[in-house]
Amino acid sequence: MLTAQASPSTSTEDPPDPPLRPRRRSWAQALRRDWQLYSLAVLPLLFFVVFRYLPMLGNVIAFRRYEPGGDLFGEYWVGLRYFRMFLADPTFWQVFTNTAVIGTLTLLFCFPLPIVLALLLNEVRTRWLKGFVQTVSYLPHFLSIVVVAGLILQTVSIDGVVNQGLRAIGQDPVAFIQEPGWFRTIYVSSEVWQTVGWGTILYLAALTTIDNDLYDQAKVDGANRWRQTWHVTLPGIRPTMITLLILNIGTFLAVGFEKVLLLYNPLTYATADVVSTYLYRVGIVSGSFSYAAAIGLFESLIGLALVLGANSLSRRVAGTSLW
Amino acid sequence: MVGATRGYRAFQAVNGFVLTVVVLVTLFPFVNIVARSFSGEQEIRSGQVNIWPKGFNLTTYDKVMSDAMFWTNYRNTVFYTVVATVIALVLTTCYAYVLSKRNLRGRGLLVGIAVFTMFFNGGLIPNYVLISSLGLRNTLWAIVLPNAISVFNLLVMKAFFESLPTELEEAAAVDGTGTYGTLLRIVLPLSKAVLATMLLFYAVSFWNSWFAGFLYMDRQELFPVTVYLRNLIAGATSGTDNNATSEAALQIAASIQAVTIVLIMTPIMLVYPFIQRYFVSGVMLGAVKG
Repeated sequence: MLTAQASPSTSTEDPPDPPLRPRRRSWAQALRRDWQLYSLAVLPLLFFVVFRYLPMLGNVIAFRRYEPGGDLFGEYWVGLRYFRMFLADPTFWQVFTNTAVIGTLTLLFCFPLPIVLALLLNEVRTRWLKGFVQTVSYLPHFLSIVVVAGLILQTVSIDGVVNQGLRAIGQDPVAFIQEPGWFRTIYVSSEVWQTVGWGTILYLAALTTIDNDLYDQAKVDGANRWRQTWHVTLPGIRPTMITLLILNIGTFLAVGFEKVLLLYNPLTYATADVVSTYLYRVGIVSGSFSYAAAIGLFESLIGLALVLGANSLSRRVAGTSLW
Repeated sequence: MVGATRGYRAFQAVNGFVLTVVVLVTLFPFVNIVARSFSGEQEIRSGQVNIWPKGFNLTTYDKVMSDAMFWTNYRNTVFYTVVATVIALVLTTCYAYVLSKRNLRGRGLLVGIAVFTMFFNGGLIPNYVLISSLGLRNTLWAIVLPNAISVFNLLVMKAFFESLPTELEEAAAVDGTGTYGTLLRIVLPLSKAVLATMLLFYAVSFWNSWFAGFLYMDRQELFPVTVYLRNLIAGATSGTDNNATSEAALQIAASIQAVTIVLIMTPIMLVYPFIQRYFVSGVMLGAVKG
């Protein structure tokens, strides 16, 4: 296999051991030849094992009794007790519904709006103007979520600009952040504010790859601007749209935990409390680790199923998929 | 075509208007917060401040900047960001370089180990239990280690290394240079652009992070400054977790919140115009083979 290739790192090459299984032999050779490369992977692999895969195994405490300060993987088996508990917990279904609603609204607004903005930007012929709009619209992406929460709170506060507007038209001010009825609006609109600009990047990149000849042909065929957009531009960015849609669907239930945690309060739990914030309160604030881990595992599995489902669906329907 | 131009001109006007609105709406909260930070407390409370300071004063800046805890936490943020970024950069570079070697045996497995974690993760509770069991609470490592490699950044870097011409590395190998030497003396000097991008990606994300500090730090003098701000605004949402502190926090002046927000945003805002294009190119590089 490696006969033609001189291995430069080892000058004294031992004859290979008599091959029992060819697979094993070539692993041994690969290790001997590339040990320096493999050694570079050791620390990163240690990171993945300890901080990514160990917590995955740690989910076993969803099936075991965990004592704070006790064994990492819990004390004894309890089977599906915690799963039965949360499935019978009305609060769980409340937060599950909230999550689904916020997730759906977010998907509904935050997926298509970047496409619209990218198409609009694509029509701007003045180069500096386009660059300026892009620079401004990316800005919120670079802020800490704590800063974003601070900006939201001051905007919707009693003395904030929204209430200034209400007062100007003779309405009474509203304590938006304490009203359950307003939480979704605040959440989704701030999400749009923060993500739409940044979301255009991939679409703008895809737009530049569309062959200009296609537009010329469309013009010859008598297509006006709208029809060109419909028949040339949109099909051109379709793979990007599908990829991002799959990714969005996969993170659909992972509703911005940190943002909700910063913006909600007991008065708005009715609409604002989501699965992740609920399990945070149950697990870390109240110390029911196993119960919270069961909820978390359930959420992760739904997320994984959604991504796999969306991926295979798009492969079948649209012929494009992530893998 | 003749008929279309008129319609198209109308479209351009509408488009210009829409984009202007986008720009104004995006910028407004920033202008508003800066105006508030320079305004008097009375003027803010009575809802007079929008884009221009009312009752201009610098006393709030004085007050925040003379708070020793604010500076302690600010220094923590700088320190955590520097350490975390260096470690993340080293680990990501090493692994991305390994993954970029197409002929390496087991490469597919090594890629898979990383990519799988993008779609499935342990979740909050097992992570919390792990960090606590490892005794990392109240240490820098609770912030640094769990986020030492971002798989997205890893894939960006891998794509970049794969795009480098292989001839130079092969020549180095013929000269008897080992893998370490090749990486340090040949590959990295060619990778300054992607290293800068990764540096920025990591630095901004660590600078902005708050939850790890909030979750794993018990003592105020260990908080990053984002947690300092979080505790200020927690009062504004009126009584979240612990009633004792939120009563006090409720009294915290709106102008103090505004100043703190401005002071945390400033470093990012200052470098933003210069670094923005690195981010954009980084995202595109990652998208090529995501």
